[in-house]
Amino acid sequence: MNGFGAKWENFLRIFFEYKGYEKVLEGLGNTLLIAFLGMFIGLLIGTLIAIVRVLPRYKVLPRILNGIATFYVELFRGTPMVVQLLLFYYVMLPLLGMHMTGVQVAIWVFGLNSGAYISEIMRGGILSVDPGQMEAGRALGLSFWTTMVKIVIPQAVKNILPTIGNEFIALIKETSVVSFVGASDLYVAFNYIGSNSYEFMVPYLVMAAIYLVMVILISILIKQMERSLRRSDRRN
Amino acid sequence: MTAETNMKLIDVIDLEKSFDGKNVLDGISVAINQGDIVVVIGPSGSGKSTFLRCLNCMEDPTGGKIMFDGVNIADMSVNIDVHRRHMGMVFQHFNLFQNKTVLQNIMLAPVHVQLQDLKRNQRKNAWNGLCNLFRSKEKQVAMVPITKTKASINQEARETALKLLERIGLADKADVYPSTLSGGQKQRVAIVRSLAMNPQVILFDEPTSALDPEMVGEVLELMKQVAKEGMTMVVVTHEMGFAREIANKVLFIDGGKILEAGTPEEIFEHPKNARLKEFLSKVLA
Ligand SMILES: Nc1ncnc2c1ncn2[C@@H]1O[C@H](COP(=O)(O)OP(=O)(O)O)[C@@H](O)[C@H]1O
Ligand SMILES: [Mg+2]
Repeated sequence: MNGFGAKWENFLRIFFEYKGYEKVLEGLGNTLLIAFLGMFIGLLIGTLIAIVRVLPRYKVLPRILNGIATFYVELFRGTPMVVQLLLFYYVMLPLLGMHMTGVQVAIWVFGLNSGAYISEIMRGGILSVDPGQMEAGRALGLSFWTTMVKIVIPQAVKNILPTIGNEFIALIKETSVVSFVGASDLYVAFNYIGSNSYEFMVPYLVMAAIYLVMVILISILIKQMERSLRRSDRRN
Repeated sequence: MTAETNMKLIDVIDLEKSFDGKNVLDGISVAINQGDIVVVIGPSGSGKSTFLRCLNCMEDPTGGKIMFDGVNIADMSVNIDVHRRHMGMVFQHFNLFQNKTVLQNIMLAPVHVQLQDLKRNQRKNAWNGLCNLFRSKEKQVAMVPITKTKASINQEARETALKLLERIGLADKADVYPSTLSGGQKQRVAIVRSLAMNPQVILFDEPTSALDPEMVGEVLELMKQVAKEGMTMVVVTHEMGFAREIANKVLFIDGGKILEAGTPEEIFEHPKNARLKEFLSKVLA
């Protein structure tokens, strides 16, 4: 085996002299952008779908909405993320005659995809809230939606925060496939370095380390949020 | 009975309710007048809660009418939220909003509905103002007078809520979360939460059944006070002493029917119905 030291030197050379770090920074930025915005869209879509799926179902409209929501969730949970990226980029956009960058496509697909998963998590969260909370709101003359948004969802979110955190971490890790639609993420950056140095061992090791550190930092952040939420509960 | 010049507040006409084909309420008719304290008694599973919950359509009746202030609120096409603002409800398990402080619990609904009205009136005025530009002098539409602002609504609701908390001796608990209160405190907050809406009637579903015995008294005491101030109340309860002391009308429900109705004296001292006699012998034993 060629000395590891030499490989490391080689990596550093490409990283600094051939502007590898610019690629890495861009990749890191895109990875975070896709994960954060995707999560944001996912939370909005997921919450909306979850509410639709717990609507009382004796009228026609809620039943139709529920059918659509169920179809949506099954669709996005039933196909791999890569396939969704490819379909969005190579099928939907041309059919609609639209153009988007790879990063934009990734943001939307990640949002739509995580929306499906989050809706299931959120639905569980909503169902875990005492039905008496909704009853009390309705009995005071608040509408279903008002009670949902002001009373039930905040309690549901508190219950599911750890699971949502896991979903976010999964999302970050899954961004490693966005190069399929031409978005430059961390993988693209380190692949560039590897190709230029004819050596992939160090670049991929560093890439793994960056993912790991990111995930650990975010886990700590989530733990912190949970703790502060729980504290507000006990305030006296 | 006293001379009834009172006006009818709730008129229940042939109320029916079935769950999955099973008849739980089987043709209930009763008039509730302004100022009435109606106590509903009956064995467990007889349909008392269902009856009470039909009064504000928490359960949608499957037959009959609920006339409230002249409107049949059992009709699915009425906007039930508007009517529920005038009907308070107190639950066995309190159902205070867990994510809100005690003060916020009391203020939430009054502030919300007033802000809703304010926004609706502002929209209406904006629209009418715009249309007036194109109307002749004689056809100008008058503006809805707007006297309140968001801040004044909040301020008023806060003052009302604090006054209510002072009344029940819990002013120092205004900013705590409900999870830190005792059962009796929770239920008293729940009662003033419905009072804050200035309702025309309050419905109570076994308000003391989930309480430790030493806390039943404080809740009943507050209910008596509210009753004496002239609030119309419908109370499902097993507290026969309370019924005797406060009620002016007692309904005995069994098998989804009112088997006997009358004054406390008629019901407790001279019961006629066999099943009522049996029920009383059990609960008063
Ligand atoms: N949501 C529901 N779905 C099905 N059955 C119900 C429901 N609510 C009440 N019931 C049934 O209706 C009957 C009367 O219940 P309820 O009104 O709660 O009685 P009570 O309050 O007098 O104890 C019971 O047999 C109960 O099982
Ligand atoms: Mg009951």
